[in-house]
Formats: sequence, structure tokens, C-alpha cells
Amino acid sequence: MADTVSGLTRRQAFERKLRRRSLLLAALSTFAVLAAIILLVPLTPGWERVKQSFFNWDVVVRSFPKLLDAFMLDVAIFAWSVPLIAMLGLAIALARDVRDPVLYPLRMFAALYTDIFRGVPVVLVVYLIGFGIPGLGLTRPFNSPYIWGTVALVLTYAAYVAEIFRSGIESIHQSQRSAALSLGLSKADVMRDVVLPQAIRRVIPAQMNILIALQKDVALLSFIGPVEIFRQAGVFKSLLANFTPYVVAAAIFLVVTIPATRLADHLIAKQNRARS
Amino acid sequence: MTLPLHSTALVPALALTFAVASLPALAANECASGKTLVDGKLTIATGNPAYFPWVIDNAPESGKGFEPAVAYAVADKMGFAREDVVWVRTSFDESIQPGPKDFDVNMQQYSITADRDKTVDFSAPYYTSAMAVLTTKPVVEKGAKPTLESLKKLQWGAHATTTAVPMLAQLVGPESDPLLYNDNADVTAAIQAGQIDAALFDLPTALYLSAVVVNDGLLLGQFPADRSTNPDQFGMLMEEGNPLKACLDDAIKALTEDGTLANLEATWLAETTGVPVIK
Repeated sequence: MADTVSGLTRRQAFERKLRRRSLLLAALSTFAVLAAIILLVPLTPGWERVKQSFFNWDVVVRSFPKLLDAFMLDVAIFAWSVPLIAMLGLAIALARDVRDPVLYPLRMFAALYTDIFRGVPVVLVVYLIGFGIPGLGLTRPFNSPYIWGTVALVLTYAAYVAEIFRSGIESIHQSQRSAALSLGLSKADVMRDVVLPQAIRRVIPAQMNILIALQKDVALLSFIGPVEIFRQAGVFKSLLANFTPYVVAAAIFLVVTIPATRLADHLIAKQNRARS
Repeated sequence: MTLPLHSTALVPALALTFAVASLPALAANECASGKTLVDGKLTIATGNPAYFPWVIDNAPESGKGFEPAVAYAVADKMGFAREDVVWVRTSFDESIQPGPKDFDVNMQQYSITADRDKTVDFSAPYYTSAMAVLTTKPVVEKGAKPTLESLKKLQWGAHATTTAVPMLAQLVGPESDPLLYNDNADVTAAIQAGQIDAALFDLPTALYLSAVVVNDGLLLGQFPADRSTNPDQFGMLMEEGNPLKACLDDAIKALTEDGTLANLEATWLAETTGVPVIK
């Protein structure tokens, strides 16, 4: 047809115009909100003090290298916790799925486990295990706060991870199990070769969210001794009587967690598209 | 009588202010009048909980313990009667956060440092502390000695929001990174669990912890106050620019000169003998 403007149909041209208009409106309203914040907040009577205490450039410069250094400890704790959590979580999920009546105690244990560790705040678990178990008289290095802090994180997060795995396992239709069994596969084979591969793939986006939460909760280990970024920021806070190190620590966390949240969102969106 | 809504709330507050202001304002001496949070009252903050031996039984109102005793002496010098001293509780964070404070002065073993002085004001020092090494018998039996060389090898711990942290680096320079805790109770829990060998405290706190709190606790030694380049001096903390500072400093200066502070120290913080000095 001839009614094209630079190769677009009339409909495409109209849609492009609409899109441009909404982009412009979004930009304008964002600008207005930002301008209001930037102009109005400094007018508040306490702004100078808040700026001094929370956004102090000198303090940023003094604290940043050590905070970044301390953050590496968070990353390390995270890195060695993740495989342990995945293994324990999967084991608990499988324990909850056993159907043999003889193994009912195992099933009951798994249910009780998830109830307890999802019900107690992480910080309490860290505190109780971190000080309590070494207090029984273990000797170095087996009383290390790194070991018991990690155990506390693993126990807590495995409960959440197990529940997600379980939802994945239960989402695989019973007919698949029946079909596989009728082909002569053993129960273990059915679980390993038919159910789990699909279940795990389905729950990856949900597990990503758990990983992000874990990355942040690593900071709770500071309660039992390790000097990771949150504790290091606290030390700077008390030495300098200034809260800026906490803002710097938050910014360092965001640099890691924002890409991770975006990836999780992307995976979820991809999965939703695949389903529909 | 009907009142607009806002003034009904105002009336009791005003009445209270007048009631409070009318009598003791006369008693308060010139330099402090009109400069305190509540006219005629001196509001002093302490920790929650406040620890022995600085405050006995977590009850500063009793005047028992070194800091309440100093507080009442200072208040007296500034012209506040005993009943005009009001105690409140704060955390360290509340004492340094921007915005109005709910205390005139805050007294909980705050070490005076130049960095902190940028955010808050400190009074003249009311105490200079030696730092002491708290440890346990098993650690000493394993060979820990009050020498720098031996101390460097220990696993250290400290209360994270205190100046013990930089002092540890400065005085000892331990080989492995110290572990840091939220409060004294957590440090002693870690000592008890064998997670740390030793911790650095001001001498009076260390004496108390070793004698009462820690099983098999003992003091390995002390660093004399003049050992560190900045001696650990405790000051009362105030909001930056608090007009009360000059008045407070005069009072503390007078109490130092007439020997009152030394007397109070002898009364409440004695027992400094018998702890070996680390060279």
C-alpha cells in the first residue's frame, strides 16, 4: 500500500507516536518527582545535620576500601553456604515426599524441621547456634564462629529451599510417575530421572530469590564475631560518630544484589512466557 | 469551656513546664539556666543496661557507682539539686544521630576522640582509663604471658562500638583479625565458648568481668593510660554546639582541682593494684 510514512504502516506510526508520548510523560513525571526531592529536602531544617551524618564524602573515602575488603568475607560465606543449602534443602524436600509408611518418621522429621527453621528468626538461630554449640566445650578450630554461623544459615535457608523444591516436585503430575513406574523404573529412578530434572528447572526463579535473601542475611553472622561489612561499618560508625559507612555498605550490597534481582525477574518472565 | 483541638494538648504541657520551671529555676546557677532540655532540670543519659562498676545495679538514680556519683557532683556544682537530675537511657546510636536529643548530657564511658568530636561535643574528661587484657585460666595455662610478643599470638575479641578496637591494633597488633561483638555480654560469651582468648577493656570493666562474669576469668595485664598515643579519656557527650558545655567544663575542672573526682575514683573504681603492667 502507498500510505506509508518512512516505511511504516499507519498503525505502526500511530503506535510509535503513543509510545513516544508515554515515554515523554514518564520522563517528565520522574523529573518532577526528582526535582521536588532535590529541591525540597535540603529546605528541611535538619538537612545539614543529616547530610553530615549520612552522606559525608570524607567518611566515604576513609571507609570504602576497608568496607569493600570486609564485603569479600560476605561473598566467601555466601559461596560456601550455597552448595550446602542446596544439598540439605533437596534432602529435606525428598524426605517430605517419601510415601512408604515405614518411613513416616522421616517425613514427620522433615515437616517438623521446616516448621521450626522457617518459624525462628534467622538472627536468633545464628545467635543461639553461634554461641551455644561452641559453649558445649568444643576446642579450636571446631568452635569457630564461621563454622557455626554457616551452620545456622544453612539450617535456616535449607528449610525455605526445601519447601520450594517440594512445590516443584509436587507440580509434576502424578501421571508421569505412574507412567514411568509402569515402564519398569524403580521409585528412585523415577525421582532422579523423571521428576527432579523438571521440578528443579521449574523452581529456579524462586530459588534465585532465596539466594538474594541469603546474600543479605550473611551480614547476621556479625552478631557472633566475624568482622564482615555490616560489622566493619558499625566500627567506623562508632569511631567516627557518623552513619555514612552504613550508606556505603548498603551501596556495596546493591551493586551485587540489583543484577541478581534483575536476573531473577528475567528468569521468571521467561518461564511465564514459556508457559503461556 | 471549649478549646480548639491543638490547645487542649498544649495545656497540660504548658502547665507542666510552668510547674517545673517555677521552683528549681531559682536554684540552678546562672550559667546553666535556660540551656537545659527542661528548664531547671539536668537530663542525663546512660546506657541500657548500664554496667557495673560504672553504675551499680543498673540504677543511676541511687547515685551509686562512679558515673552517677560524678553526675551528681557535677550537677551540684552547676547548681542543680539532687532531685533535679533526671535519668534517661540511650544507645550509642541515639547519642550520635542527627536531630534533637532527649538528654542534656550522655554519660556512658564515651572515649573522647577527634573524629567523634566532629559530630558531637565532649565535656572535659572526668576519667582517664588504663586498658586491661581480660582472659581465662586455661589460656594462661597454655602459655599466654603479659608480653607483647605473647599477646600478638592470641585470638582477640572486642566490643565493636568501643575505642578498644583501634587501641587493640595500636597497642598489640594481633596476628589474626580480632572478632567483634555487640556488647560486653557477647564478648564474655565468646571468651567462655573458647572462641577468643582475650579481650581488651578499660580496667574497671575488665576487673568486674574477670571477677564476677567470666568463669576462670583473670586479668593478664594492663596497659597504663599513658601508653597509647591518645590516652583513653572519658567525657560526657552532648549534642554538637550545646551551650551547656562551658558550664559543664567549669564544673568538671573545679571537681578535678579540689580532688573530688580522685576521691570518687578511689571510692568506686579502686582495686587497680595487683594487675601486672605490660611493657
